[in-house]
Amino acid sequence: MNIRSHFTYRKAVDRIVRGLCLLAALLALVPLFSVLYYVTARGLGGISFEFFTELPTPVGEEHGGVANAITGTLTLVGLACLFGIPPGVLAGVYLSQFGHTRLGKIVRFSADVMSGVPSVTIGIFVYSLLVVRTKQFSAYAGGLALAVIMLPTVTRTTEELLKLVPEALREAALGLGVPQWRTTLSVMLRTAAPGVATGIMLAVARVAGETAPLLFTSFSNRFWPGGLDEPTASLPVQIYTYAVSPYEDWHSQAWAAALVLVALVLTLNVAARVLVRHRVR
Amino acid sequence: MGRMHTDREYEAELTALRERVLLMAARVEEQVNGALRAYQTQDSVLAERVRQADSQVDQLEVEIDGLCVQMLARRQPVASDLRFVTTILKIVTDLERIGDLATSICSRVLELQGTPGAYRPSALQDMGEAARNMVRDAVDALVAGDARKAREVSRRDQLIDEQHAAFFPIIARQMEATPSDFDHLMRMISISKAIERIADHATNLAEMVVFMVEGRDVRHVHEDKPERKQRAE
Amino acid sequence: MSTTNSVVASGSVSGAPWGSDAHLQVVPPPPSLGALGAMVEPLHESAKMSAVGLRASFGAREILKGISIPLYEKHVTAIIGPSGCGKSTFIRCLNRMHEVVSGATSVGQVHLDGQDIFSMDPVRLRRRVGMVFQKPNPFPTMSIRDNVLAGLRLNGLKVAEPDALVERALRQVALWDEVKDGIHRSGLSLSGGQQQRLCIARTLAMEPEVILMDEPCSALDPIATARVEELIHELKKDYTIVIVTHNMQQAARVADYTAFFYMGELIEHDRTDVIFTRPAQQRTEDYITGRFG
Repeated sequence: MNIRSHFTYRKAVDRIVRGLCLLAALLALVPLFSVLYYVTARGLGGISFEFFTELPTPVGEEHGGVANAITGTLTLVGLACLFGIPPGVLAGVYLSQFGHTRLGKIVRFSADVMSGVPSVTIGIFVYSLLVVRTKQFSAYAGGLALAVIMLPTVTRTTEELLKLVPEALREAALGLGVPQWRTTLSVMLRTAAPGVATGIMLAVARVAGETAPLLFTSFSNRFWPGGLDEPTASLPVQIYTYAVSPYEDWHSQAWAAALVLVALVLTLNVAARVLVRHRVR
Repeated sequence: MGRMHTDREYEAELTALRERVLLMAARVEEQVNGALRAYQTQDSVLAERVRQADSQVDQLEVEIDGLCVQMLARRQPVASDLRFVTTILKIVTDLERIGDLATSICSRVLELQGTPGAYRPSALQDMGEAARNMVRDAVDALVAGDARKAREVSRRDQLIDEQHAAFFPIIARQMEATPSDFDHLMRMISISKAIERIADHATNLAEMVVFMVEGRDVRHVHEDKPERKQRAE
Repeated sequence: MSTTNSVVASGSVSGAPWGSDAHLQVVPPPPSLGALGAMVEPLHESAKMSAVGLRASFGAREILKGISIPLYEKHVTAIIGPSGCGKSTFIRCLNRMHEVVSGATSVGQVHLDGQDIFSMDPVRLRRRVGMVFQKPNPFPTMSIRDNVLAGLRLNGLKVAEPDALVERALRQVALWDEVKDGIHRSGLSLSGGQQQRLCIARTLAMEPEVILMDEPCSALDPIATARVEELIHELKKDYTIVIVTHNMQQAARVADYTAFFYMGELIEHDRTDVIFTRPAQQRTEDYITGRFG
């Protein structure tokens, strides 16, 4: 084969492989877009102003909403952030500093194992820990379950991102006579902050859609909850309840609620990204 | 010069420089030798040959200067290498001057042609040989990196200075005795002066060798003071 | 082979009680050289810092094997030597940055104004003994101005007139005119040489007494290097400077004193002009002329 035709051959191979890669990428996008399309197509009909402001109505009554489920989800996610982020970030800091010690290795291993535990198991765990003892489903319990699910992700993300911060910055700060703890928080964590924030947002987005653990913890509520220690409605549980019911009316409510949930998660994701891009500039 | 350079090219450049200097030193030594022999034997052919060889020595000086400047620019030598290169920059001038002085002796010898029976003191011959030995030993000291020998050479300079000074009254008496020989005797003084200058340059050379080997500048220092007290060797 | 050299009285390096500096024989001050003497001022010199029998290790590996050396006040001391000779470890011992790495230990004494640094609070020590690193490392999240103030702010110290301080520090490193119109830009927007000068300004803002520089020009181009070297000449009027360098010409250019380290030992320490024209030790000679290994 002479050089010229060999060159043509290689160019052809290059084109074919590139085409295959593009095809694979498009195929991967098919489920994502079909889900988005399906949810939008089926859910949009159920969306109305009352849907966001009204409580759910019994079967047969028109114009019910999921207002309590939306605020419930926001409450649960808020509580999860409160319970999950500080210990998660601090554990990540610990791992980045002392990850090579015996205890550090145990912590990291536990975090990795925990991130593989099915969320329903965590729901049962919080159920027996909190719900059984207080004899009460509550927002606290739901928030705690979600926090436990977030914890390993937040920890490992923080650790990995802190590791990406150049050691030179730590030395620079220590060399200026800055104490170790201050160096870690004000220089290392501060530099890694945009990345850590993204990691946290993604973890939040993930738990916002959790259903199984909430069935045992925050349960559900058709009315406004009287406080954080009462059963609380949430979008995923509401969707689940409506979807498994035999009523056509509730099915369309479920689709609408699903659309709201997807929009919520998408907003969180986009917000995370915008926030990061803004910070970097 | 101790161990080899890690950079072979650098080592080769230093070796090449060294060889050029040794070649130049050898040529200059030949010139001095030839001049003395021409004076002794009145050999005008030899004298002419010595004069012509001078341009070769001049060329070597230019070439070696160039090599040294290149070395300084490209290698930034330090310590013994720096002393080696700077020493060479200085001694090529001395070597070239020695060559010039040998040439000027030869010119006088050529002018002496046609006065075969004239006064030709053997003292001048002895002085010339002493100066030639200084040049030879200084070059040997350079080759061997022998500071002791170099010191010894520089001490011999005084003797030649004395001989040159002592030569004046002798010539003066001759001038009184035979005023007709004035031109001839002036040439004798000129030769004596040239020999004395050759010894001076050989001394410079020797002193630079001491600097090159020990890193100490011994010029314009009275050597009777013990030198080595400060340096443990 | 014993390592007698011109600084350390022979035999006193190891085994001797490290109680005082008495056995540190001081290199005589350079003679006045007239116009040429600008390089080494004929000052009365005292040691701002001195190491006495300093040993340092990483785990079981001993990096420094008993270093004793004075570092003269308001002079530049360069540390040269092949990679792995312990020169970086040495200057990191001087502000106790060595022990920050886990498994790193050190034994012996280092004095700062006669006081043993190992009995000081490392944080306070590092405010007095500042450090500039190999790679310029401005804080990426901070502006140029905030970088200069970083040391003070992160230490929780109140800055009375921050603007004046920033300007003074940046003028000291000859960066002010180049950045004064964009003082709130990120430190990373500067060129490598400017970043390094910013890092030096950041160190100067802490008003240290000693500045340690660990190969400060190895990431810079020749012009940026010349700027930093000029700066070192300026700074030594007020500060004691110790610079580690791989570049022997740089040591020859900026340092008043040069120390040659080899395999964790101090082989020779003397005035720079002496080291580069007639070193006393064969190993120094071999290293600086390139006849090593």
